[in-house]
This record gives sequence, structure tokens and C-alpha cells, in this order.
Amino acid sequence: MVEIKNLSKAFDGMVVLDDVSLKVNQGEKVVIFGRSGTGKSVLLKCIVRLLEPDNGEVLIDEVNVLNLSIKKLNEIRKNIGFLFQGSALYDSMSVRENLDFPLVRNFNFSFEEREKKIKTVLKDVSLMDAINKMPSELSGGMKKRIGLARTIITDPGLILYDEPTTGLDPITTKEISELIVDLQKDLNSTSIIVTHDLICAKIIADYAVVLTDGKFKYQGSIKELTSSKDPFLRNFFGTEIIEA
Amino acid sequence: METSRTALESSIVYKRLVEFFMMIAGLSVFAWDFFKNVFIPPYEFAEIKKHMDELGVKTLPIVSITGFIIGLVLAMQSYPVLVRFGAASFLPSTVALSVVRELGPVITALIFAGRVSSGIGAELGSMRVTEQIDAMEVSAINPFRFLVVTRILACTFILPLLTIYVIILAIIGGYLAMLTLQAMNFQLYIHSVVHAIEFTDLIPGIAKTVIFGFIVGLVGSYKGYYTTNGTVGVGKSSTSSVVVSSLLILLFDMVLVKLTILLWS
Repeated sequence: MVEIKNLSKAFDGMVVLDDVSLKVNQGEKVVIFGRSGTGKSVLLKCIVRLLEPDNGEVLIDEVNVLNLSIKKLNEIRKNIGFLFQGSALYDSMSVRENLDFPLVRNFNFSFEEREKKIKTVLKDVSLMDAINKMPSELSGGMKKRIGLARTIITDPGLILYDEPTTGLDPITTKEISELIVDLQKDLNSTSIIVTHDLICAKIIADYAVVLTDGKFKYQGSIKELTSSKDPFLRNFFGTEIIEA
Repeated sequence: METSRTALESSIVYKRLVEFFMMIAGLSVFAWDFFKNVFIPPYEFAEIKKHMDELGVKTLPIVSITGFIIGLVLAMQSYPVLVRFGAASFLPSTVALSVVRELGPVITALIFAGRVSSGIGAELGSMRVTEQIDAMEVSAINPFRFLVVTRILACTFILPLLTIYVIILAIIGGYLAMLTLQAMNFQLYIHSVVHAIEFTDLIPGIAKTVIFGFIVGLVGSYKGYYTTNGTVGVGKSSTSSVVVSSLLILLFDMVLVKLTILLWS
């Protein structure tokens, strides 16, 4: 379970997150919508302390991660998966090495166990053939899939997705979104997904919030948000354009 | 009074000086972080070896050519002067001492800085802007230890080896130049070289390349690790890595030469 309490973050006096709070229960999938530059990725980075918030609390399984030493924080991070917007695959390593990297350093798996895990996640993302390829040899969609495989290979209890389908065509977006849902079922993990993508959100989300002006101003199911008469939401989801 | 102070603070020289001292402070903290992390396990021996291979192989062709030409040109330039003083037989020792004490270590370090420091700056800079360093951190892996400590150690270990190699090539280059100027037996040439070089010449010359290697790794890693502003920032990190590490090599050389003279005399 993740609970964000009164979190604030500003950069050079510009407030990005203004006293935001959010609770995500175990196994729940919450989507965070918002316009570009509203602080959605900043929020995800504050949860894992890639950025230090100015105020507030981030509770992961009732432990406030903001007060932890790096050593204790790393113990919690081992149970967190983070899919970056650009996949963030290590350029100098092959797909196999990318997947092996967190396993060999953080867990005491034998070589055979690691190999089995690598092959299992590659089968899950249907990219078994890419095992010995370098990231530069992969397409955008393949990189996302490998990034997803690396995110789930440690069986994390909490997964944070930063724009998992940005830059992909609608068919690949649908495939990746369905893949996320399938993997989520297997792991029973809690997920927070930052996206602009309505297709992705409709497939994945149990619940959604909209971040605007540093606050969660709207929340509800995707259906509730997209059918809202609120001018901002109609403009954001393009309802006006669709109806016109 | 207030106006002149504002004018001073807005001048380019003032800004550059502030930036320079800020960078020196940043480099000092970065070096301190290196010493804090270098002794903590896990030790990434495989990664250090990989970087040593890459950095050594990458620099080998250019230092080979440079080393050979240094010796050759030095012998050709020194010969007429030595002949004028009736000291042509001192040519092997002149070449050897110049190359061992100063030219070999400094020129190898400057070439190494140009080739390696920029590469490290660009590589780590790209990793920073594409969130690969963040990905490592969020996976509970210390990116500083894996990326920075290994590169600094590799540079520190490989530069003395490259310098020894350059010195040997320069001495061979000197011999080839000598052959075109006056006939000399190779054994006699080597005998003169070995006799001219003393322990007090060799050790400080090689020892300072350990510090130069550390500087190259440190500056390249520092510039790359704290890259901002996307691909433009990567380019800037790469360029400034070369400029700063070259400047620091020359500054440290000056200090180390003085220190060596004080200690050995």
C-alpha cells in the first residue's frame, strides 16, 4: 500500500506539487493524468526519492521512506519496479545483461535461477529472440517491452510507470497496456501509472486522478472523468472535439 | 560604490571565476565521495578490468604514434645543439631524461585526457539525461560505485602503464633519428640510456601519472555525472572535461615537479 500525505515540491520557487495526498491500496492500479509539465513524473520520483520533496510524507507499507537512511531505503527500493519514460535501458549492456543486472546485485539467485527468470520475463513480453541484442538494435516498442521486463523481473510489490506508452502507435499502446494488466494480475502488485494516454488508462486503471496546478483536482473512474461536464476535463480528454 | 560592485558581479571574468571555484569545490566533494566509496564492497573488479581494456585499447594507437614521434623529433632537434658543444654522445641520455622526467608523463596524460576524459564525460552524461543513472539508483544499486569509482580506478591504473609504453617508444624513436644522423650501435644506445636514467628520474615521472590518471577519471566522471540540459549538456560535459582535466594536469605537474625537486634534493 502507498500513501502520499501533504506532499509539496518546488523548483526555484515554482511550485510543482502543492500539498498533494493520495492513497493507493494493495493490488490497486491508479492512473495519474495531467498536462505536460504539471509534475506527474516529479511525483513518481518523489515516491522513490530520486527527488527529495520539500514537505510531506510517503508511506510505503506504512513506512515513511522520506526519513530512511539510504541503506534502509534501498531495502524498500528492491521491492519497487520503475518503468521510465524512455525505458532507460543500459546502453552498454545486452538485453540479457540489462535483465540480469538487478538480480545479480540485489538477490542471491544462482546462475540457473537467474537464467530461468530472464527467459520467463522475456517470454512474458514476447521478445525471447532479443535476448542477446543491444538496446540500440531495438525499436521503440521493443525497448518499452524490455524495460517492462526489467521492471518486473524482481517481482516487485509496487510498480511505478512513467508514461509507459508515450510515442507508440495505438496498436502497440493497446498491446503494452494489456501486457501491464496481465503481469499485474500475476504479481498482484500495486501500480501507479502516469500517462496522457486514454487508451492505456482505459485498459489499466481501476481509478484515476488528474493533477493540475499542483493539486489533484479531479478523481474518479475513467468513465466518470471522461463523461464529466467540467470544461477542463472535456478539453483535456478531447470530448469537445469528439462530439464536434 | 554600489554601482561598481554590481558592474563587477555582472562582468564575465567575475562569473567565470565564481564558476571555476564552484567547480573546484564540486570536484573536491566528488573526490571525497570517491574515497568514501572505493573501499566499500562489492568491488566491481570485472567492471574495472573492462574499462581498463577499453581505455587502454582506445588510446593505444594515438599514444604509440605520439611516443615514437616525440623521441624522433627530440633527437633531431637536440642533435645540432649538442654537436655545437661537442656533446653528441649525450644524445641518448638527453632523449631518455627528457622523456622519462617530463615529456612522456605529461604528453601521455594530455592525450589521455583528450581521448578518455571526453569519452567518460559524454558516456555518463548520456546515461544521466536518458535516466539510466536514475534507473540504477531506483534498483537499489549505487550508481556512483558502479559507474564512477570503476572509471576513476581504471584511469588511475592504466595511465602509468601507457606512460611506460610511450617512454619505451620515444627512446626507440630517438634511436631511429640517431641512425639518420650518425651511426650508432643499438646496444651502445640502450647502454647510454640505461646509465643516464636513475631511480630518482623514473619513480617521480611514473608516480605523477597515477595522479594525472586520477584527475582524468575524476573530471570526466564529475562532468558526466552531473550533466543537465539534455544532449546540449552532454556536448558541454564532454568538451569541458578535456579543458578542465588538461588544465589540472598542467597545474599539478608544476606543483609535483617543485615537490619532487624539494624531496629528492
